[in-house]
Amino acid sequence: MESLQRLKEICQDVRADIVRMTSAAGSGHPGGSLSAVEAMTVLYFNVLNHRPQEPGWPQRDRFFLSKGHACPVTYSVMARSGYFPVEELLTLRKCGTRLQGHPSCKTLPGIEVSSGSLGQGLSIANGFALSAKIDKNPYRAYCLMGDGELQEGQVWEAIMTAAHFKLDNVCAIVDYNGLQIDGDVETVMGIAPLAQKWTAFNWHVIEIDGHDLEQMQAAYEEARQTKGKPSVIIMKTIKGKGISFMENVAGWHGKAPNQQELQTALAEIYGKENGK
Amino acid sequence: MSIMMLPTRDGYGYGLLELGAANPDVLVLDADLAKSTRSDWFAAKYPERFFDIGISEQDMIGTAAGLALGGKIPFATTYGVFVAGRAWDQIRTTVCYSDLNVKIAGAHGGISAGGDGATHQALEDIALMRVLPNMKVLVPCDAIEAKKATVAAGTVLGPCFLRFAREATPVFTAEGDFFEIGIANVLKPGMDATIIAAGPIVYEALLAHEQLAAEGISLRVINMHTIKPLDEAAVVAAAQETGAIVTAEEAQLYGGLGGAVAEVLARKCPTPVEMVGIEDSFLECGTPEELAVKYGLTAKDLVRAVKKVMARK
Repeated sequence: MESLQRLKEICQDVRADIVRMTSAAGSGHPGGSLSAVEAMTVLYFNVLNHRPQEPGWPQRDRFFLSKGHACPVTYSVMARSGYFPVEELLTLRKCGTRLQGHPSCKTLPGIEVSSGSLGQGLSIANGFALSAKIDKNPYRAYCLMGDGELQEGQVWEAIMTAAHFKLDNVCAIVDYNGLQIDGDVETVMGIAPLAQKWTAFNWHVIEIDGHDLEQMQAAYEEARQTKGKPSVIIMKTIKGKGISFMENVAGWHGKAPNQQELQTALAEIYGKENGK
Repeated sequence: MSIMMLPTRDGYGYGLLELGAANPDVLVLDADLAKSTRSDWFAAKYPERFFDIGISEQDMIGTAAGLALGGKIPFATTYGVFVAGRAWDQIRTTVCYSDLNVKIAGAHGGISAGGDGATHQALEDIALMRVLPNMKVLVPCDAIEAKKATVAAGTVLGPCFLRFAREATPVFTAEGDFFEIGIANVLKPGMDATIIAAGPIVYEALLAHEQLAAEGISLRVINMHTIKPLDEAAVVAAAQETGAIVTAEEAQLYGGLGGAVAEVLARKCPTPVEMVGIEDSFLECGTPEELAVKYGLTAKDLVRAVKKVMARK
Protein backbone atom coordinates (compact mmCIF):
# COMPACT_ATOMS: atom_id res chain seq x y z
CA MET A 1 0.00 0.00 0.00
CA GLU A 2 1.35 3.39 -1.00
CA SER A 3 0.72 6.35 1.29
CA LEU A 4 -1.49 9.23 0.21
CA GLN A 5 1.57 11.43 -0.10
CA ARG A 6 3.32 8.87 -2.27
CA LEU A 7 0.20 8.43 -4.43
CA LYS A 8 0.12 12.19 -4.99
CA GLU A 9 3.71 12.10 -6.22
CA ILE A 10 2.96 9.18 -8.52
CA CYS A 11 -0.03 11.04 -9.92
CA GLN A 12 2.27 13.94 -10.78
CA ASP A 13 4.61 11.59 -12.63
CA VAL A 14 1.71 9.92 -14.41
CA ARG A 15 0.37 13.28 -15.57
CA ALA A 16 3.83 14.21 -16.79
CA ASP A 17 4.11 10.87 -18.60
CA ILE A 18 0.80 11.48 -20.37
CA VAL A 19 1.79 14.85 -21.79
CA ARG A 20 5.34 13.72 -22.56
CA MET A 21 4.29 10.59 -24.41
CA THR A 22 1.47 12.18 -26.41
CA SER A 23 3.72 15.11 -27.25
CA ALA A 24 6.48 12.77 -28.43
CA ALA A 25 3.95 10.81 -30.47
CA GLY A 26 2.49 13.96 -31.99
CA SER A 27 -1.00 12.52 -31.42
CA GLY A 28 -3.00 10.64 -28.83
CA HIS A 29 -5.57 11.28 -26.14
CA PRO A 30 -4.42 13.36 -23.18
CA GLY A 31 -7.80 14.74 -21.99
CA GLY A 32 -9.52 11.52 -20.96
CA SER A 33 -6.24 10.12 -19.68
CA LEU A 34 -5.65 13.06 -17.34
CA SER A 35 -9.17 12.77 -15.90
CA ALA A 36 -8.53 9.16 -14.89
CA VAL A 37 -5.08 9.59 -13.29
CA GLU A 38 -6.21 9.22 -9.68
CA ALA A 39 -8.52 6.29 -10.45
CA MET A 40 -5.79 4.43 -12.32
CA THR A 41 -3.00 5.24 -9.87
CA VAL A 42 -4.97 4.06 -6.84
CA LEU A 43 -6.09 0.97 -8.78
CA TYR A 44 -2.63 -0.09 -9.91
CA PHE A 45 -0.75 0.76 -6.72
CA ASN A 46 -3.25 0.02 -3.95
CA VAL A 47 -6.13 -2.07 -5.21
CA LEU A 48 -5.29 -4.62 -7.90
CA ASN A 49 -3.98 -7.95 -6.74
CA HIS A 50 -1.36 -8.34 -9.47
CA ARG A 51 2.30 -9.00 -10.15
CA PRO A 52 3.70 -6.46 -12.61
CA GLN A 53 6.83 -8.58 -13.13
CA GLU A 54 4.62 -11.58 -13.93
CA PRO A 55 1.80 -10.18 -16.07
CA GLY A 56 0.37 -13.62 -16.82
CA TRP A 57 0.06 -14.62 -13.16
CA PRO A 58 -3.22 -16.60 -13.26
CA GLN A 59 -4.51 -15.44 -9.87
CA ARG A 60 -4.39 -11.74 -10.73
CA ASP A 61 -7.34 -9.37 -10.72
CA ARG A 62 -8.10 -8.15 -14.23
CA PHE A 63 -8.33 -4.59 -15.44
CA PHE A 64 -10.19 -3.89 -18.68
CA LEU A 65 -9.76 -0.53 -20.35
CA SER A 66 -13.05 -0.11 -22.14
CA LYS A 67 -12.23 3.45 -23.20
CA GLY A 68 -9.18 2.26 -25.08
CA HIS A 69 -8.14 5.74 -26.15
CA ALA A 70 -7.15 6.41 -22.53
CA CYS A 71 -4.19 4.08 -22.95
CA PRO A 72 -1.62 6.79 -22.13
CA VAL A 73 -2.70 6.77 -18.48
CA THR A 74 -2.83 2.97 -18.51
CA TYR A 75 0.64 2.63 -20.02
CA SER A 76 1.98 5.12 -17.48
CA VAL A 77 0.63 3.36 -14.38
CA MET A 78 1.76 0.05 -15.85
CA ALA A 79 5.29 1.34 -16.37
CA ARG A 80 5.41 3.08 -12.99
CA SER A 81 4.19 -0.05 -11.20
CA GLY A 82 6.81 -2.20 -12.91
CA TYR A 83 5.33 -3.82 -16.01
CA PHE A 84 7.94 -2.30 -18.33
CA PRO A 85 10.58 0.46 -18.30
CA VAL A 86 9.30 4.02 -17.99
CA GLU A 87 11.52 5.06 -20.94
CA GLU A 88 9.45 2.86 -23.25
CA LEU A 89 6.50 5.23 -22.78
CA LEU A 90 8.04 7.56 -25.34
CA THR A 91 7.58 4.91 -28.04
CA LEU A 92 3.80 5.44 -27.92
CA ARG A 93 2.25 5.24 -31.41
CA LYS A 94 5.61 4.82 -33.15
CA CYS A 95 5.93 2.10 -35.77
CA GLY A 96 7.16 -1.11 -34.11
CA THR A 97 6.13 -0.11 -30.59
CA ARG A 98 4.42 -2.36 -28.07
CA LEU A 99 2.41 0.70 -27.04
CA GLN A 100 -0.20 0.86 -29.78
CA GLY A 101 -2.36 3.96 -30.19
CA HIS A 102 -5.16 1.88 -28.75
CA PRO A 103 -3.99 -0.98 -26.57
CA SER A 104 -3.21 -4.41 -28.03
CA CYS A 105 -2.93 -7.48 -25.82
CA LYS A 106 -0.90 -9.15 -28.54
CA THR A 107 1.93 -6.66 -28.27
CA LEU A 108 2.01 -5.68 -24.60
CA PRO A 109 1.84 -8.21 -21.75
CA GLY A 110 -0.39 -6.86 -19.01
CA ILE A 111 -3.04 -5.58 -21.40
CA GLU A 112 -5.82 -8.12 -20.89
CA VAL A 113 -7.71 -7.53 -24.12
CA SER A 114 -7.34 -5.24 -27.10
CA SER A 115 -9.72 -2.29 -27.04
CA GLY A 116 -10.47 0.91 -28.87
CA SER A 117 -13.91 0.34 -30.27
CA LEU A 118 -16.07 1.74 -27.49
CA GLY A 119 -18.72 0.01 -25.45
CA GLN A 120 -17.21 -3.45 -25.23
CA GLY A 121 -15.16 -3.61 -22.03
CA LEU A 122 -17.90 -4.22 -19.50
CA SER A 123 -19.18 -7.29 -21.35
CA ILE A 124 -15.66 -8.70 -21.26
CA ALA A 125 -15.24 -7.88 -17.58
CA ASN A 126 -18.54 -9.65 -16.92
CA GLY A 127 -17.41 -12.74 -18.81
CA PHE A 128 -14.17 -12.89 -16.87
CA ALA A 129 -15.99 -12.33 -13.58
CA LEU A 130 -18.41 -15.11 -14.48
CA SER A 131 -15.52 -17.49 -15.14
CA ALA A 132 -14.09 -16.62 -11.71
CA LYS A 133 -17.48 -17.33 -10.11
CA ILE A 134 -17.78 -20.67 -11.92
CA ASP A 135 -14.35 -21.71 -10.65
CA LYS A 136 -14.97 -20.19 -7.20
CA ASN A 137 -11.92 -17.98 -7.53
CA PRO A 138 -11.67 -14.67 -5.68
CA TYR A 139 -10.43 -12.66 -8.70
CA ARG A 140 -12.06 -9.32 -9.37
CA ALA A 141 -12.69 -7.56 -12.68
CA TYR A 142 -12.30 -3.79 -13.01
CA CYS A 143 -13.46 -1.84 -16.03
CA LEU A 144 -12.80 1.83 -16.81
CA MET A 145 -15.40 3.42 -19.03
CA GLY A 146 -15.90 6.86 -20.47
CA ASP A 147 -19.08 8.82 -19.92
CA GLY A 148 -19.62 9.42 -23.63
CA GLU A 149 -19.03 5.72 -24.09
CA LEU A 150 -22.25 5.05 -22.19
CA GLN A 151 -24.06 6.13 -25.33
CA GLU A 152 -23.15 2.74 -26.81
CA GLY A 153 -26.09 0.35 -26.53
CA GLN A 154 -23.93 -2.65 -25.70
CA VAL A 155 -22.96 -0.98 -22.42
CA TRP A 156 -26.54 -1.23 -21.20
CA GLU A 157 -26.78 -4.84 -22.29
CA ALA A 158 -23.70 -5.50 -20.18
CA ILE A 159 -25.10 -3.51 -17.25
CA MET A 160 -28.13 -5.81 -17.31
CA THR A 161 -25.97 -8.92 -17.58
CA ALA A 162 -23.75 -8.08 -14.60
CA ALA A 163 -26.76 -7.47 -12.38
CA HIS A 164 -28.63 -10.51 -13.71
CA PHE A 165 -25.77 -12.84 -12.82
CA LYS A 166 -25.10 -10.97 -9.54
CA LEU A 167 -21.48 -10.36 -10.46
CA ASP A 168 -20.33 -8.66 -7.26
CA ASN A 169 -16.76 -9.25 -8.40
CA VAL A 170 -17.25 -6.63 -11.12
CA CYS A 171 -16.34 -3.01 -10.44
CA ALA A 172 -17.07 -0.51 -13.20
CA ILE A 173 -15.52 2.94 -13.05
CA VAL A 174 -17.18 5.71 -15.04
CA ASP A 175 -14.97 8.68 -15.84
CA TYR A 176 -17.70 11.32 -15.69
CA ASN A 177 -15.77 14.25 -17.13
CA GLY A 178 -18.76 15.54 -19.08
CA LEU A 179 -17.02 15.98 -22.42
CA GLN A 180 -16.74 13.98 -25.61
CA ILE A 181 -15.20 14.72 -28.99
CA ASP A 182 -18.10 16.74 -30.34
CA GLY A 183 -18.55 18.70 -27.12
CA ASP A 184 -20.58 18.56 -23.93
CA VAL A 185 -21.99 15.09 -23.29
CA GLU A 186 -25.38 16.45 -22.30
CA THR A 187 -25.52 18.48 -25.51
CA VAL A 188 -24.35 15.71 -27.82
CA MET A 189 -26.51 12.93 -26.35
CA GLY A 190 -27.55 13.23 -22.74
CA ILE A 191 -26.77 10.42 -20.32
CA ALA A 192 -28.08 12.01 -17.10
CA PRO A 193 -29.28 11.08 -14.54
CA LEU A 194 -26.46 8.59 -14.43
CA ALA A 195 -26.59 7.35 -10.83
CA GLN A 196 -30.34 6.77 -11.03
CA LYS A 197 -29.94 4.79 -14.23
CA TRP A 198 -27.32 2.43 -12.81
CA THR A 199 -29.34 2.09 -9.62
CA ALA A 200 -32.45 1.22 -11.63
CA PHE A 201 -30.39 -1.48 -13.38
CA ASN A 202 -29.71 -3.04 -9.93
CA TRP A 203 -26.15 -1.91 -9.42
CA HIS A 204 -24.56 -0.58 -6.24
CA VAL A 205 -23.66 3.01 -7.10
CA ILE A 206 -20.80 4.94 -5.49
CA GLU A 207 -20.50 8.60 -6.43
CA ILE A 208 -17.25 10.39 -5.68
CA ASP A 209 -14.87 13.16 -6.66
CA GLY A 210 -12.54 11.27 -8.98
CA HIS A 211 -9.58 13.49 -8.17
CA ASP A 212 -9.76 12.88 -4.42
CA LEU A 213 -7.38 10.04 -3.62
CA GLU A 214 -8.98 9.21 -0.29
CA GLN A 215 -12.45 9.01 -1.80
CA MET A 216 -11.06 6.91 -4.65
CA GLN A 217 -9.44 4.45 -2.26
CA ALA A 218 -12.59 4.24 -0.14
CA ALA A 219 -14.78 3.70 -3.20
CA TYR A 220 -12.76 0.69 -4.35
CA GLU A 221 -13.02 -0.72 -0.84
CA GLU A 222 -16.78 -0.14 -0.71
CA ALA A 223 -17.13 -1.91 -4.06
CA ARG A 224 -15.10 -4.85 -2.76
CA GLN A 225 -17.29 -5.11 0.34
CA THR A 226 -20.55 -4.98 -1.62
CA LYS A 227 -22.02 -8.44 -2.06
CA GLY A 228 -24.79 -9.76 -4.27
CA LYS A 229 -24.61 -7.05 -6.93
CA PRO A 230 -22.00 -5.35 -9.08
CA SER A 231 -20.66 -1.93 -8.14
CA VAL A 232 -20.06 1.15 -10.23
CA ILE A 233 -17.92 4.06 -9.16
CA ILE A 234 -19.26 7.13 -10.90
CA MET A 235 -16.43 9.58 -10.44
CA LYS A 236 -16.91 13.24 -11.25
CA THR A 237 -13.77 14.33 -12.99
CA ILE A 238 -12.29 17.13 -15.04
CA LYS A 239 -11.16 16.33 -18.54
CA GLY A 240 -7.53 17.44 -18.90
CA LYS A 241 -7.22 17.67 -15.10
CA GLY A 242 -4.01 19.22 -13.82
CA ILE A 243 -3.10 21.26 -16.88
CA SER A 244 -4.92 24.56 -16.91
CA PHE A 245 -5.22 25.05 -20.65
CA MET A 246 -6.50 21.50 -21.16
CA GLU A 247 -9.03 21.45 -18.33
CA ASN A 248 -12.64 21.20 -19.52
CA VAL A 249 -11.69 21.76 -23.16
CA ALA A 250 -13.15 19.11 -25.45
CA GLY A 251 -10.51 19.89 -28.07
CA TRP A 252 -7.89 18.19 -25.90
CA HIS A 253 -9.68 14.84 -26.19
CA GLY A 254 -7.46 13.73 -29.01
CA LYS A 255 -4.75 16.28 -29.56
CA ALA A 256 -1.10 16.23 -28.52
CA PRO A 257 0.65 19.18 -26.89
CA ASN A 258 3.43 20.83 -28.89
CA GLN A 259 6.84 21.53 -27.35
CA GLN A 260 5.85 24.82 -25.80
CA GLU A 261 2.59 23.46 -24.45
CA LEU A 262 4.49 20.49 -23.06
CA GLN A 263 6.87 22.72 -21.13
CA THR A 264 3.99 24.76 -19.75
CA ALA A 265 2.18 21.58 -18.76
CA LEU A 266 5.21 20.07 -17.02
CA ALA A 267 5.80 23.32 -15.12
CA GLU A 268 2.22 23.26 -13.91
CA ILE A 269 2.33 19.59 -12.94
CA TYR A 270 5.48 19.86 -10.87
CA GLY A 271 5.17 23.51 -9.93
CA LYS A 272 2.16 23.27 -7.71
CA GLU A 273 0.49 20.92 -5.28
CA ASN A 274 -1.30 18.35 -7.37
CA GLY A 275 -3.33 15.21 -7.18
CA LYS A 276 -6.24 16.88 -5.46
CA MET B 1 -32.85 -44.25 -52.56
CA SER B 2 -33.74 -43.69 -48.93
CA ILE B 3 -31.46 -41.49 -46.95
CA MET B 4 -31.59 -40.23 -43.40
CA MET B 5 -32.51 -36.55 -43.09
CA LEU B 6 -31.30 -34.38 -40.21
CA PRO B 7 -30.57 -30.67 -39.85
CA THR B 8 -26.94 -29.74 -39.31
CA ARG B 9 -27.99 -27.85 -36.18
CA ASP B 10 -28.69 -31.25 -34.64
CA GLY B 11 -25.07 -32.10 -35.27
CA TYR B 12 -24.14 -28.97 -33.33
CA GLY B 13 -26.32 -30.11 -30.45
CA TYR B 14 -24.69 -33.55 -30.41
CA GLY B 15 -21.23 -32.03 -30.73
CA LEU B 16 -21.81 -29.79 -27.74
CA LEU B 17 -22.94 -32.76 -25.66
CA GLU B 18 -19.79 -34.65 -26.60
CA LEU B 19 -17.60 -31.66 -25.76
CA GLY B 20 -19.48 -31.06 -22.53
CA ALA B 21 -18.76 -34.59 -21.38
CA ALA B 22 -15.11 -34.42 -22.40
CA ASN B 23 -14.17 -30.98 -21.10
CA PRO B 24 -15.65 -29.19 -18.08
CA ASP B 25 -14.35 -25.86 -19.42
CA VAL B 26 -16.73 -25.95 -22.38
CA LEU B 27 -19.58 -23.47 -21.83
CA VAL B 28 -22.49 -22.51 -24.04
CA LEU B 29 -24.12 -19.12 -24.41
CA ASP B 30 -27.24 -18.32 -26.35
CA ALA B 31 -29.22 -15.19 -27.14
CA ASP B 32 -32.77 -16.38 -26.56
CA LEU B 33 -32.76 -18.96 -29.34
CA ALA B 34 -31.59 -22.03 -27.45
CA LYS B 35 -34.39 -24.24 -28.70
CA SER B 36 -33.84 -23.31 -32.32
CA THR B 37 -30.07 -23.61 -32.21
CA ARG B 38 -30.11 -26.89 -30.23
CA SER B 39 -27.98 -25.37 -27.51
CA ASP B 40 -30.87 -26.29 -25.20
CA TRP B 41 -29.68 -29.90 -25.34
CA PHE B 42 -26.48 -28.82 -23.64
CA ALA B 43 -28.45 -26.60 -21.26
CA ALA B 44 -30.58 -29.54 -20.15
CA LYS B 45 -27.55 -31.71 -19.45
CA TYR B 46 -25.18 -29.07 -18.08
CA PRO B 47 -27.37 -26.26 -16.73
CA GLU B 48 -24.52 -24.83 -14.64
CA ARG B 49 -22.47 -24.36 -17.80
CA PHE B 50 -25.17 -22.75 -19.92
CA PHE B 51 -25.90 -19.02 -19.94
CA ASP B 52 -28.75 -17.36 -21.73
CA ILE B 53 -27.59 -13.79 -22.29
CA GLY B 54 -30.94 -12.65 -23.61
CA ILE B 55 -31.52 -10.82 -26.86
CA SER B 56 -28.16 -9.08 -26.87
CA GLU B 57 -25.73 -10.56 -29.35
CA GLN B 58 -23.02 -7.94 -28.89
CA ASP B 59 -22.94 -8.47 -25.14
CA MET B 60 -22.95 -12.22 -25.68
CA ILE B 61 -19.77 -12.01 -27.74
CA GLY B 62 -18.09 -9.75 -25.18
CA THR B 63 -19.14 -12.05 -22.35
CA ALA B 64 -17.78 -15.02 -24.28
CA ALA B 65 -14.51 -13.14 -24.74
CA GLY B 66 -14.22 -12.58 -20.99
CA LEU B 67 -14.99 -16.22 -20.31
CA ALA B 68 -12.26 -17.21 -22.75
CA LEU B 69 -9.85 -14.92 -20.91
CA GLY B 70 -10.80 -16.84 -17.77
CA GLY B 71 -9.74 -20.10 -19.42
CA LYS B 72 -13.15 -21.26 -20.58
CA ILE B 73 -14.13 -22.46 -24.05
CA PRO B 74 -17.37 -20.59 -24.74
CA PHE B 75 -19.68 -21.39 -27.66
CA ALA B 76 -21.68 -18.24 -28.42
CA THR B 77 -24.78 -19.34 -30.24
CA THR B 78 -27.57 -17.67 -32.18
CA TYR B 79 -28.77 -17.17 -35.74
CA GLY B 80 -26.00 -16.51 -38.21
CA VAL B 81 -27.50 -13.23 -39.43
CA PHE B 82 -27.60 -11.75 -35.97
CA VAL B 83 -24.23 -12.84 -34.68
CA ALA B 84 -22.14 -12.32 -37.80
CA GLY B 85 -23.83 -9.04 -38.68
CA ARG B 86 -24.89 -7.30 -35.53
CA ALA B 87 -21.89 -8.38 -33.43
CA TRP B 88 -19.29 -8.10 -36.19
CA ASP B 89 -17.28 -5.33 -34.54
CA GLN B 90 -17.23 -7.24 -31.25
CA ILE B 91 -16.03 -10.32 -33.11
CA ARG B 92 -13.43 -8.29 -34.98
CA THR B 93 -11.97 -6.09 -32.29
CA THR B 94 -12.41 -8.12 -29.13
CA VAL B 95 -12.33 -11.73 -30.31
CA CYS B 96 -10.17 -11.79 -33.44
CA TYR B 97 -7.75 -8.92 -32.76
CA SER B 98 -7.12 -10.35 -29.30
CA ASP B 99 -7.12 -13.89 -30.79
CA LEU B 100 -9.37 -15.28 -28.07
CA ASN B 101 -10.59 -18.84 -27.82
CA VAL B 102 -14.22 -18.00 -28.60
CA LYS B 103 -16.41 -20.26 -30.73
CA ILE B 104 -19.29 -18.71 -32.61
CA ALA B 105 -22.17 -20.78 -33.92
CA GLY B 106 -24.41 -19.25 -36.56
CA ALA B 107 -27.60 -21.21 -36.95
CA HIS B 108 -30.19 -21.02 -39.73
CA GLY B 109 -27.50 -20.36 -42.33
CA GLY B 110 -28.23 -20.02 -46.03
CA ILE B 111 -31.77 -20.50 -47.33
CA SER B 112 -32.75 -22.91 -44.59
CA ALA B 113 -34.66 -20.22 -42.69
CA GLY B 114 -36.71 -19.81 -45.88
CA GLY B 115 -40.13 -19.02 -44.46
CA ASP B 116 -38.78 -16.25 -42.27
CA GLY B 117 -37.70 -14.23 -45.27
CA ALA B 118 -34.63 -12.19 -46.08
CA THR B 119 -34.08 -10.78 -42.57
CA HIS B 120 -33.36 -14.24 -41.21
CA GLN B 121 -31.49 -15.82 -44.12
CA ALA B 122 -27.77 -15.67 -43.33
CA LEU B 123 -26.15 -15.22 -46.72
CA GLU B 124 -23.38 -12.79 -45.82
CA ASP B 125 -22.06 -14.59 -42.73
CA ILE B 126 -19.30 -16.40 -44.59
CA ALA B 127 -17.97 -13.24 -46.23
CA LEU B 128 -18.17 -11.30 -42.96
CA MET B 129 -16.31 -13.94 -40.97
CA ARG B 130 -13.82 -14.92 -43.66
CA VAL B 131 -12.34 -11.45 -43.89
CA LEU B 132 -11.31 -11.45 -40.22
CA PRO B 133 -7.69 -12.30 -39.36
CA ASN B 134 -7.31 -15.28 -36.96
CA MET B 135 -10.83 -16.53 -37.70
CA LYS B 136 -11.56 -20.06 -38.87
CA VAL B 137 -14.78 -20.61 -40.84
CA LEU B 138 -16.44 -24.03 -40.90
CA VAL B 139 -19.49 -24.96 -42.99
CA PRO B 140 -20.37 -28.61 -42.39
CA CYS B 141 -22.31 -30.47 -45.07
CA ASP B 142 -24.49 -32.73 -42.93
CA ALA B 143 -25.38 -33.49 -39.32
CA ILE B 144 -22.57 -35.98 -38.81
CA GLU B 145 -19.97 -33.60 -40.15
CA ALA B 146 -21.55 -30.79 -38.11
CA LYS B 147 -20.93 -32.79 -34.95
CA LYS B 148 -17.32 -33.37 -35.95
CA ALA B 149 -16.82 -29.72 -36.83
CA THR B 150 -18.22 -28.67 -33.45
CA VAL B 151 -15.93 -31.02 -31.58
CA ALA B 152 -12.96 -29.95 -33.71
CA ALA B 153 -13.71 -26.26 -33.05
CA GLY B 154 -13.85 -26.96 -29.34
CA THR B 155 -10.48 -28.65 -29.49
CA VAL B 156 -8.50 -26.24 -31.68
CA LEU B 157 -7.28 -22.93 -30.19
CA GLY B 158 -8.56 -19.57 -31.38
CA PRO B 159 -11.68 -18.01 -32.87
CA CYS B 160 -13.95 -20.25 -34.96
CA PHE B 161 -17.20 -19.55 -36.79
CA LEU B 162 -19.48 -22.52 -37.45
CA ARG B 163 -22.44 -22.38 -39.78
CA PHE B 164 -25.46 -24.61 -39.34
CA ALA B 165 -28.74 -25.00 -41.17
CA ARG B 166 -32.29 -25.20 -39.92
CA GLU B 167 -33.85 -27.69 -42.33
CA ALA B 168 -33.27 -31.42 -42.37
CA THR B 169 -30.90 -32.33 -45.19
CA PRO B 170 -29.46 -35.66 -46.34
CA VAL B 171 -26.92 -37.32 -44.05
CA PHE B 172 -24.39 -38.79 -46.46
CA THR B 173 -21.12 -38.81 -44.54
CA ALA B 174 -20.23 -41.51 -42.05
CA GLU B 175 -18.99 -41.31 -38.48
CA GLY B 176 -15.70 -42.88 -39.54
CA ASP B 177 -15.02 -40.42 -42.37
CA PHE B 178 -11.90 -38.32 -42.03
CA PHE B 179 -12.44 -34.74 -40.83
CA GLU B 180 -9.80 -32.18 -40.07
CA ILE B 181 -10.12 -28.41 -40.07
CA GLY B 182 -8.44 -26.98 -43.16
CA ILE B 183 -8.26 -30.23 -45.13
CA ALA B 184 -10.78 -30.67 -47.92
CA ASN B 185 -12.51 -33.98 -48.46
CA VAL B 186 -12.43 -35.22 -52.04
CA LEU B 187 -15.66 -37.19 -52.28
CA LYS B 188 -15.41 -38.13 -55.96
CA PRO B 189 -12.12 -38.31 -57.87
CA GLY B 190 -13.23 -37.12 -61.34
CA MET B 191 -10.95 -35.66 -64.03
CA ASP B 192 -13.16 -33.57 -66.40
CA ALA B 193 -14.28 -30.82 -64.01
CA THR B 194 -14.57 -30.14 -60.28
CA ILE B 195 -17.34 -28.92 -58.03
CA ILE B 196 -16.04 -27.34 -54.83
CA ALA B 197 -18.97 -27.05 -52.43
CA ALA B 198 -19.63 -26.24 -48.80
CA GLY B 199 -22.66 -27.02 -46.64
CA PRO B 200 -25.72 -29.15 -47.43
CA ILE B 201 -25.40 -28.23 -51.12
CA VAL B 202 -22.53 -30.74 -51.26
CA TYR B 203 -25.25 -33.37 -51.56
CA GLU B 204 -26.55 -31.63 -54.69
CA ALA B 205 -23.02 -31.86 -56.06
CA LEU B 206 -23.08 -35.62 -55.51
CA LEU B 207 -26.39 -35.81 -57.39
CA ALA B 208 -24.83 -33.78 -60.19
CA HIS B 209 -21.96 -36.24 -60.21
CA GLU B 210 -24.41 -39.11 -60.85
CA GLN B 211 -26.20 -37.28 -63.65
CA LEU B 212 -22.96 -36.29 -65.35
CA ALA B 213 -21.51 -39.78 -64.97
CA ALA B 214 -24.49 -41.09 -66.93
CA GLU B 215 -23.45 -38.70 -69.69
CA GLY B 216 -19.87 -39.87 -69.57
CA ILE B 217 -18.49 -36.84 -67.71
CA SER B 218 -16.09 -37.55 -64.89
CA LEU B 219 -16.76 -34.98 -62.15
CA ARG B 220 -14.59 -34.41 -59.11
CA VAL B 221 -16.53 -33.39 -56.00
CA ILE B 222 -14.77 -31.63 -53.17
CA ASN B 223 -16.41 -31.02 -49.82
CA MET B 224 -14.77 -27.76 -48.69
CA HIS B 225 -16.08 -27.81 -45.12
CA THR B 226 -13.41 -25.34 -44.04
CA ILE B 227 -13.67 -22.10 -45.95
CA LYS B 228 -10.91 -20.56 -43.88
CA PRO B 229 -8.16 -21.61 -43.76
CA LEU B 230 -8.92 -22.76 -47.30
CA ASP B 231 -7.25 -25.94 -48.50
CA GLU B 232 -5.44 -24.17 -51.33
CA ALA B 233 -3.55 -27.30 -52.36
CA ALA B 234 -6.82 -29.14 -53.04
CA VAL B 235 -8.12 -26.18 -55.05
CA VAL B 236 -4.97 -25.87 -57.15
CA ALA B 237 -4.75 -29.63 -57.71
CA ALA B 238 -8.36 -29.69 -58.89
CA ALA B 239 -7.65 -26.81 -61.27
CA GLN B 240 -4.52 -28.42 -62.66
CA GLU B 241 -5.98 -31.90 -62.98
CA THR B 242 -9.52 -31.13 -64.17
CA GLY B 243 -9.09 -27.69 -65.75
CA ALA B 244 -12.57 -26.41 -64.84
CA ILE B 245 -14.05 -25.42 -61.48
CA VAL B 246 -17.58 -24.84 -60.24
CA THR B 247 -18.13 -23.51 -56.74
CA ALA B 248 -21.38 -24.14 -54.89
CA GLU B 249 -22.71 -22.56 -51.70
CA GLU B 250 -25.82 -21.14 -50.05
CA ALA B 251 -24.26 -17.71 -49.64
CA GLN B 252 -23.50 -14.48 -51.42
CA LEU B 253 -20.93 -15.20 -54.09
CA TYR B 254 -19.11 -11.98 -53.25
CA GLY B 255 -16.80 -12.90 -50.42
CA GLY B 256 -18.06 -16.43 -50.03
CA LEU B 257 -16.58 -19.77 -51.07
CA GLY B 258 -16.74 -18.73 -54.71
CA GLY B 259 -14.74 -15.62 -53.97
CA ALA B 260 -12.25 -17.58 -51.85
CA VAL B 261 -11.63 -20.15 -54.59
CA ALA B 262 -11.33 -17.46 -57.26
CA GLU B 263 -8.76 -15.58 -55.16
CA VAL B 264 -6.58 -18.67 -54.96
CA LEU B 265 -6.91 -19.58 -58.63
CA ALA B 266 -6.34 -16.04 -59.90
CA ARG B 267 -3.01 -15.98 -58.07
CA LYS B 268 -1.83 -19.58 -58.37
CA CYS B 269 -3.50 -21.28 -61.31
CA PRO B 270 -5.86 -19.24 -63.53
CA THR B 271 -8.67 -21.60 -64.51
CA PRO B 272 -12.23 -21.17 -65.79
CA VAL B 273 -14.60 -20.89 -62.82
CA GLU B 274 -18.38 -20.82 -62.62
CA MET B 275 -20.03 -19.94 -59.34
CA VAL B 276 -23.33 -21.22 -58.01
CA GLY B 277 -24.71 -19.27 -55.09
CA ILE B 278 -26.57 -16.07 -54.41
CA GLU B 279 -25.96 -13.37 -56.97
CA ASP B 280 -25.74 -10.15 -54.97
CA SER B 281 -29.34 -10.08 -53.83
CA PHE B 282 -31.69 -10.45 -50.88
CA LEU B 283 -34.09 -13.34 -51.24
CA GLU B 284 -37.71 -13.77 -50.19
CA CYS B 285 -39.72 -16.20 -48.12
CA GLY B 286 -40.50 -19.70 -49.32
CA THR B 287 -39.59 -23.24 -48.42
CA PRO B 288 -35.88 -24.00 -48.79
CA GLU B 289 -36.75 -26.34 -51.67
CA GLU B 290 -38.69 -23.60 -53.47
CA LEU B 291 -35.90 -21.11 -52.92
CA ALA B 292 -33.27 -23.59 -54.12
CA VAL B 293 -35.15 -23.99 -57.39
CA LYS B 294 -35.91 -20.30 -57.80
CA TYR B 295 -32.39 -19.14 -57.05
CA GLY B 296 -30.57 -21.90 -58.87
CA LEU B 297 -29.05 -24.00 -56.08
CA THR B 298 -30.10 -27.51 -57.23
CA ALA B 299 -28.22 -30.40 -58.77
CA LYS B 300 -29.70 -29.39 -62.13
CA ASP B 301 -28.14 -25.94 -61.82
CA LEU B 302 -24.82 -27.50 -60.92
CA VAL B 303 -24.94 -29.77 -63.96
CA ARG B 304 -25.59 -26.74 -66.13
CA ALA B 305 -22.70 -24.87 -64.53
CA VAL B 306 -20.33 -27.78 -65.04
CA LYS B 307 -21.17 -27.97 -68.74
CA LYS B 308 -20.76 -24.24 -69.06
CA VAL B 309 -17.37 -24.20 -67.42
CA MET B 310 -16.19 -27.23 -69.42
CA ALA B 311 -17.04 -25.34 -72.60
CA ARG B 312 -14.64 -22.63 -71.48
CA LYS B 313 -11.69 -25.00 -71.06
